Amino acid sequence: MGSPELASLYQQVILDHSKRKNGFGLLDGAAAESHQLNPTCGDEITLRLHLADDDTIERISWEGAGCSISMASASLLHDVVAGLTREEARDRIALFREMMRSKGAGVEDDEPLGDAAALEGVSRYVARVKCAMLGWVAFEDTLTLSS
Amino acid sequence: MTIHDLPPTQATDTLGDDQALRLRADFPALAQSVNGHPLVYLDSGATSQKPTAVLDAERRYLETTNAAVHRGAHTLAANATELYEDARATVAAFVGVDADEIVWTSNATEGINLVAYAFSNASVGRGGAAAERFRLGVGDEIVVTEAEHHSNLVPWQELAFRTGATLRFVPVDDDGVIRAEAAAEVIGERTRIVTFTHVSNVTGAVSPVAEIVALAHDVGALVVLDACQSAPHLPLDLRALDVDFAVFSGHKMLAPTGIGALYGRSELLNAMPPFLTGGSMITTVTMEESAYLPAPQRFEAGTQRVSQVIALAEAVRYLDAVGMERIAAHEHALGERLLAGLADIPGVRVLGPPDSAGRAGLVAIDVEGVHAHDVGQFLDDRGIAARVGHHCAQPLHRRLGVTASTRASTYLYNTTADVDAFLEGVAGVRSFFGEE
Repeated sequence: MGSPELASLYQQVILDHSKRKNGFGLLDGAAAESHQLNPTCGDEITLRLHLADDDTIERISWEGAGCSISMASASLLHDVVAGLTREEARDRIALFREMMRSKGAGVEDDEPLGDAAALEGVSRYVARVKCAMLGWVAFEDTLTLSS
Repeated sequence: MTIHDLPPTQATDTLGDDQALRLRADFPALAQSVNGHPLVYLDSGATSQKPTAVLDAERRYLETTNAAVHRGAHTLAANATELYEDARATVAAFVGVDADEIVWTSNATEGINLVAYAFSNASVGRGGAAAERFRLGVGDEIVVTEAEHHSNLVPWQELAFRTGATLRFVPVDDDGVIRAEAAAEVIGERTRIVTFTHVSNVTGAVSPVAEIVALAHDVGALVVLDACQSAPHLPLDLRALDVDFAVFSGHKMLAPTGIGALYGRSELLNAMPPFLTGGSMITTVTMEESAYLPAPQRFEAGTQRVSQVIALAEAVRYLDAVGMERIAAHEHALGERLLAGLADIPGVRVLGPPDSAGRAGLVAIDVEGVHAHDVGQFLDDRGIAARVGHHCAQPLHRRLGVTASTRASTYLYNTTADVDAFLEGVAGVRSFFGEE
């Protein structure tokens, strides 16, 4: 149905996460909340940061509407961040951003991104990078707001 | 092959695929492959491709004439000025008005802002007694519709904020269509401006211009028509439509970006205070104040975009040679085929009127379970260029219950094969994304 390039953009893990939406549903007791909007297509996300007593990241919860890339990316983000320190979380965001800006080249070591590394194919489509970044920008914002 | 190979226009004529294909040879950008497929360009509603004749006209002007207009005594300056003013007459004739009623702008957005700021400037006393009729204040109403492109909404919101006037809107019906009956409910004694789109860039619906103009003029309001989606696609006679102002953009009608036009009734333009001010729009300047030229120069401050003006005139000649009746009939047939084909694809909802009567050759759809961005990506993989998003019409999308849609918009160079490629692509979307 689609080209190999399209298949690498929409890998099965991405299509699955776009429907499963791990972490979907806002929870109480958040340390911070961020709302992000992609004005070109109307994709939006509200994301909450939940911290453990030791200031590590317990989890995120989120709600939003948008394309499969933005929804899958938020779901994959949810699966990556539990248990991270703030510093580790910022490193993951920086790595993800580097991957998104790589124009298809990827990053040397995408291991820390877990399944979110599957989004590498998005970096070949400049117009879709914002979609993939949406949840991550919201997450980054909550880290700043809560510190 | 060029337009000159085409048979003469007849009123009931349509282009048909053969002639559209011959015209396509005039458009270099359409001859490419995208992602391994021949380009299927269905995004002319956003911007059209450009024929060689237009590109050549712009280049020829820059190679042979290039000079600032309305200044300088040398030969090139005189030739440039003549070409520039001839172009104004050409474009004016194309939309059925006089040359001095056409003001060059960068695009339709600037044209609308020009009118809005002229009202704004009149409202603080600029333009003197002549500009009295443009003064707005508390109690006055500006009427827009729910179907507007942001460019015909946001400038009026800002004008209302600046002047204290109230912004009201005509709600669309469940098909997203502007109805005269709904307009009659909103237009009243306090209405000073009525502004609306001729053809919706989302639903393709053609507005009841005559009825709305009559309602507005009955209460002494001025009418602004957004002709961005009509000037390129339908025979347009602004005088016959009896609107007071109208705007359109060159890049949607075979010309380059950076050039558009504002039409204003001569009497109105000459009573309006200017928007952009500076050189070339003045008569006498002292250190304290300045007097201004009549329209249209009054509204053309600074060095003008002459090469784009020349190119727009060439684009209009190209469209005239093909024949606007024929173009409209051709696009209507393509629109019909789009609507009929989409009706057969499960999980696809057409935004706007379900039948092709009163509709231009463009269709926006919502695919159940699949976001428009993903639909667009899937189509692009097949070399199909469609527009995705809210098409700068968030309120209309909200009213229709979606945040984004996928739009196919046709032009004179499209064929039934393009429409069929789009239909085949759309038919494959839901299974690709696991929705069926």
